[in-house]
Amino acid sequence: MDPIIQIEHLDYMYEGAPEGKKALDDLSIEVYPGEFVAVLGHNGSGKSTLAKLLNGLILPTNGEIRIAGMNTKDEERLWDIRRTCGMVFQNPDNQIIATVVEEDIAFGPENLGVPMPELKERVDRALAIVEMEEYRKHAPHLLSGGQKQRIAIAGILAMDPQVVIMDEPTAMLDPQGREEIIGTIATLNRTEKKTVLLITHYMDEVVEADRVIVLEEGRIALQGTPREVFSRVEEMKRLGLDVPQATEMAWELARQGIDLQADILTVEELVAQL
Amino acid sequence: MIEIKNLNYIYHPGSPYEKYALRDINLQIRKGEFIGLIGHTGSGKSTFVQHLNGLMKPTLGTVNVSGISTTDADAAKRGLRQKVGLVFQYPEHQLFEETVAKDIAFGPQNLGLSEEETEVRVREAMDMVGLSFEKLHDRSPFELSGGQKRRVAIAGVLAMKPEVLILDEPTAGLDPRGRDEILDEISALYESQGITIILVSHSMEDIARLATRILVLDKGQVVMDGDAREIYREEEALNAIGLDIPDITKAMKQVAEKTGWDIPPNVLTVQEAVDVYLRERKNHA
Repeated sequence: MDPIIQIEHLDYMYEGAPEGKKALDDLSIEVYPGEFVAVLGHNGSGKSTLAKLLNGLILPTNGEIRIAGMNTKDEERLWDIRRTCGMVFQNPDNQIIATVVEEDIAFGPENLGVPMPELKERVDRALAIVEMEEYRKHAPHLLSGGQKQRIAIAGILAMDPQVVIMDEPTAMLDPQGREEIIGTIATLNRTEKKTVLLITHYMDEVVEADRVIVLEEGRIALQGTPREVFSRVEEMKRLGLDVPQATEMAWELARQGIDLQADILTVEELVAQL
Repeated sequence: MIEIKNLNYIYHPGSPYEKYALRDINLQIRKGEFIGLIGHTGSGKSTFVQHLNGLMKPTLGTVNVSGISTTDADAAKRGLRQKVGLVFQYPEHQLFEETVAKDIAFGPQNLGLSEEETEVRVREAMDMVGLSFEKLHDRSPFELSGGQKRRVAIAGVLAMKPEVLILDEPTAGLDPRGRDEILDEISALYESQGITIILVSHSMEDIARLATRILVLDKGQVVMDGDAREIYREEEALNAIGLDIPDITKAMKQVAEKTGWDIPPNVLTVQEAVDVYLRERKNHA
């Protein structure tokens, strides 16, 4: 199977950055169709730069990015790339344009020239996936943060992308809103079979991912399943990232000579071992 | 230092749309307390804190800060806003000056302080939030990182030398490192300045770490008031209003049920959990 996202020896330098200061430094990543990949890193690690590069908002200084085989440097393919790769950003308020939920969701596909009745079908389906059908006639600005973000995601889904890239989609949400979005991401990936690339600094959002890539200074510092990555408690702490409390406790007990399996993620797994 | 009596705030009172945002709140906040204020979105947290510096006025009841009632006509003149510093959510959105120093100096200048005194205040405030005056005072605040911008905004409030500092979700949107740095600074500020702090947060972990007293708001009412150990043993009651106890607290409660060991129902940190577990394990070896 060919990767749907292929990043090869990618460098990115911001204009005016000090000589040799790369935001991304010789980064190579492949993401395969249907994968749920999480990119974790603290602010300034290069993760948002990566998001902008992936749909051609900015172009690589060196190296290549191909989305479903299309190079982001190929200007003629830019619209196809953006249709393949939908983006969800941090602030839902900046992503909503219409005054009625269903009109907002229809905006994208309408601009793609999707005719009726398919347009309506797409809107209905997108609303169903994010579980917001009953709000279709509501005004977006009266919804909660989590609901608004789900509308933003539905707007992307209505364009039927193969890949959904999310750049810190929960950073501005309260705990309930975050849980809603984590649930939506799981549906997108497992039920809808979308490839998901989730960029975040919240560790609790990535425990369901197939693969976690930890970025530090534009390079891959750690990579593996969530279990593999989080069990490296010391390295994660050094990188300024959190690990689940259950993992930290198991690691600390193992360090103190208690015989237990240290690569656990959840409260249930921890309790089972104590 | 703050006395709240029968505080009610009602939207559209007397109309069919009447809605209580705050209902029958009675409490006192003493000098030197570190209050953690938690509650679901819409529980009234922001409305509540805006009553403490007079930005909002009670529909019924009174709020008294060091003898000044927030409804007094001359409350502002008597320095209410200066006594109670309020750092809003995403305070960096309110930065506006050309340089960091000018932005922080805005408040003290409005108090009518001399240029020298203002600069002393700016230096002190930057120091308190871990920003280097030498390196940053001349920079545009808009060139700084997110965490630095937020510190500049907090310094702007600190430069007013408030007796009470209210922070509404000061770590929202920050990464774990940025969050820990800000919380450490708030904690240091509390230890060194003897300032009264009210921290509004969604994070049970952060509140458990810092607060000496926790207020839980639900539907505009204070439904719990106590220290972390008292509050976090009420798992069911917290769940019922959409809040959750820290994972480690939850895990240790389950271990207690499973083993029958003497584990308190309100373990707050991973370190404490490790210590309790090792102790009990030895006792039952």
